[in-house]
Amino acid sequence: MPRQRTMHGGAHSPCENPSIRRRHPNRGQYDVPASRRDENDAAKHTCMRDAARTPAQMSMRPIYPFSAIVGQEEMKLALLIAVVDASVGGVLVFGDRGTGKSTAVRALATLLPSMRSVTGCAYACDPAAPAGLCELCAGVKKAPASQGVPVPVVDLPLGATEDRVVGALDLERALAQGVKAFEPGLLARAHRGFLYIDEVNLLEDHLVDVLLDVAASGENVVEREGLSIRHPARFVLIGSGNPEEGELRPQLLDRFGLSVEVKTPDDLDMRVEVIRRRDAFERDPQAFLRKWKKEEEALRKRIVAARAALPSVSVPDALLRHAAALCMRLGTDGLRGELTLMRAARALAAIHGDTEVGVQHLRRVSAPALRHRLRRNPLDDAGSTVRVQRAVQEALGAA
Amino acid sequence: MSNAEALRWQEAALAAALLAIDPDGIRGAVLRGAPSLARDAWIALLRGYLPAAAPCRRVPAQIGDERLLGGLDLAATLRAGKPVAARGLLCDAHGGLVLLAMAERLPVGTAARIAAVLDEGVVTLQRDGMTGREPARFAAVALDEGIDADEHPPSVLLDRLAFHMELDDMHRHALGADAPQAQAVASARARLHRVEVSGQMSAAMCATAAALGIASLRAPLLALRVARAAAALDARTQVDEEDVMLAARLVLAARATRLPVSQDQDSEEPQSPPPPRDDGATNDSDAARPEGPVEDRVLAAAQAAIPAGLLLQFQSSGRTRSQGQAGRAGALRRSTTRGRPAGTVKGDPRAGVRLSVIDTLRAAAPWQALRRREAAHTAIGARVAIRREDFRVRRFHQRSATTTIFVVDASGSSALHRLAEAKGAVELLLAECYVRRDNVAMIAFRGSDAELILPPTRSLVRAKRSLAGLPGGGGTPLAQGLEAALALAEGVRRKGDTPVIVLLTDGRANVARDGTHGRVRAEHDTLTAARLLRSAGLTSVLVDTSPRPQTQAERLAREMGARYLPLPHADAALLSSAVKMASA
Repeated sequence: MPRQRTMHGGAHSPCENPSIRRRHPNRGQYDVPASRRDENDAAKHTCMRDAARTPAQMSMRPIYPFSAIVGQEEMKLALLIAVVDASVGGVLVFGDRGTGKSTAVRALATLLPSMRSVTGCAYACDPAAPAGLCELCAGVKKAPASQGVPVPVVDLPLGATEDRVVGALDLERALAQGVKAFEPGLLARAHRGFLYIDEVNLLEDHLVDVLLDVAASGENVVEREGLSIRHPARFVLIGSGNPEEGELRPQLLDRFGLSVEVKTPDDLDMRVEVIRRRDAFERDPQAFLRKWKKEEEALRKRIVAARAALPSVSVPDALLRHAAALCMRLGTDGLRGELTLMRAARALAAIHGDTEVGVQHLRRVSAPALRHRLRRNPLDDAGSTVRVQRAVQEALGAA
Repeated sequence: MSNAEALRWQEAALAAALLAIDPDGIRGAVLRGAPSLARDAWIALLRGYLPAAAPCRRVPAQIGDERLLGGLDLAATLRAGKPVAARGLLCDAHGGLVLLAMAERLPVGTAARIAAVLDEGVVTLQRDGMTGREPARFAAVALDEGIDADEHPPSVLLDRLAFHMELDDMHRHALGADAPQAQAVASARARLHRVEVSGQMSAAMCATAAALGIASLRAPLLALRVARAAAALDARTQVDEEDVMLAARLVLAARATRLPVSQDQDSEEPQSPPPPRDDGATNDSDAARPEGPVEDRVLAAAQAAIPAGLLLQFQSSGRTRSQGQAGRAGALRRSTTRGRPAGTVKGDPRAGVRLSVIDTLRAAAPWQALRRREAAHTAIGARVAIRREDFRVRRFHQRSATTTIFVVDASGSSALHRLAEAKGAVELLLAECYVRRDNVAMIAFRGSDAELILPPTRSLVRAKRSLAGLPGGGGTPLAQGLEAALALAEGVRRKGDTPVIVLLTDGRANVARDGTHGRVRAEHDTLTAARLLRSAGLTSVLVDTSPRPQTQAERLAREMGARYLPLPHADAALLSSAVKMASA
């Protein structure tokens, strides 16, 4: 049964087609009648943001609250660190089935405070950061109008095609009007937010290639169908998966700042509590959400406070030396390990409300920051977590 | 008709009713076994329990994303002159049933897509220029026709479907046994949201799952949903012990990975539970049963329902179940029909290649206005003018992956050393093989038999776990080792991959094919097996691991058409680079 293109449910919501309809300074030939431009901009704008809120607002099932997740402290902490300081890089959550990996990421989406973005910009440019502006916004001389929008958490489903990921020629407009217009993809939507890939190790290779490039450069370059577009695409990559289904490509592994191993809790009480809460949630989601509203609100406030405090958290020289010593001991390649270690420790200090990064912070973040950066030593049977812990003990002394 | 079979069918019918009461929570069932009357009858029963208008869609294992999730409807798009979406099967099945045919052949990627839809209840479409979310809640029934123990549907799916049943051996007379009435199921569905579960019952479920060695927390969650549906079917609003026992039998038993610790040990260990147990017996009546006994009874119920032979495979191999499934799923992933997409190129879609509709339309789109103007003169009335130069066809990387099969001589005194090298080499190769999309497998032979230690896999985690417990010592049944390698290699080849055999041995066989000791017969059998390998035309390498290279090993290499590599002091790194060179 063929169906109309709108799949949101509403007959013709303005979200139907998030295409770029403004005249592009470098591409005057793809013009749009001036009279249509403004209304399109407005329509497109709501559309982009709505779509970006997908997991939080448009899901058919309610979202389990983040603060109600039992245990899995390292996973929760890593996600919070990534929220407080996006420069830490992405988070990879790898581990057993049924441990609430995707639950946590989807829950995170509802926690995020809103951000400012240039009004009418399809890439949600930050009015306060001129360097990160897209070509359109960069061309505007005076200070742009801005508005508060939710931080996007974009799902990259496994069945996605490349044209929807990187963006492509807007087919509808091309067919109907014969106009070459760019329709931004998921990478554009995820700009300044989060891009979530469940079962990331099953992602098709050509999509991994695209991600690797964009995640490294922070910019999406589209050269297809006669289009030549570049736009900023800086996002926090969040991936989850089960290692038994196959390893992650080393290059992709490297793009994640933090890596978390999740295991099924083996403590019976904890397991019972997980089941109890989950059961209560499934039976009456609204009541459950009401019950946890206060906690969620408190956590959101903590995130806002930590973000505000982050620039003033100081990192003593001694601590940098500790971080360097730790990385050298583990033989991690390059400086990325040290940088992530320092940033993650700083974010953790900010979350805890400390003004200075201490050894205890470093200790806490060293496993997630370093375990995926170790060179593989096939003859060492110890897991990477154990190896990091060993090195932490040697470099920083026993806890 | 035996009474036991009638009971089994009754329970299966009950499972169908429960699934129909709460398809959104129980998610589905796995029916293992060949097609049978019982299987058909069960599906018919389930469909009868679902509302009359509920759709039922059959999903073949090799389904493409455009049919599964949705995509662009070419015919409608051309007719309308604007993009028209085609719904996928999963959206079509909303509110009904999805039958996964030959689920053991389902690629893990496809299973993961279905699992994501099961989790969220919506299809998130990001394909062919279309974006959307459409509800897709359904019960999934996986028809698993696997025969071998490790031929399973992907575990990403098994974990999410509540019931795992075997129906194929059921006699057809048993199928007449009592089943719940459709009317009762419908009223239970309406009652479901009022059913409550006490903390004690959910604790008992968790304890039972833990005692049976079930790691995933989805199992007790699914079991609780089943218990709740059972209470609703019985017109109650409180889940009682019977419901929990039923759910444990239906959901937990088939997932057990070990038998619970025996009662004697159990009662000795925890010091605190016994006192309340006594209290409960004396003070309280049936109304408030103490915690301990409920768990014990639920556990006993589940334990009694564990399928015979299920635990045997773990005990014998020492592997856990999830491992058995995972590597298998990974190996099945690569299908020749799909390959690895590598973009699109201009081309003629008639030569058996696949037309990329979306890219063709995109190529044609900018010229539509112009062509329409031209067409006005020639009076061609097509809504969308597509010309030959617009055609774009899909390109695939068709390079077939290599599966390196290590065949390791684990016999004798120096075995331990050799094994360590081989293990190291396997892991080194694995570390590199992800990029090349290659698999590694390992067979060890010692004593009187050859054993598949590591089925073809690309997972380092799995390889490490399997290799850790590899024993050494005993006789040298070289012939069996070669035969096992040949069998595995042929399996790999059937799947479309290229096998490469790496044999690590000193070439001195002393156990014959029938298991008897004796050098002469053993060598004879070995050379026969070697010739078989050669006639199969397999690429192979023989690494001679004896301290002083032997003529025996060299002769064996000649007979099996293998490259001969004397490496008396090979370490893991040297070995892996030698193998890479030899098999290149």
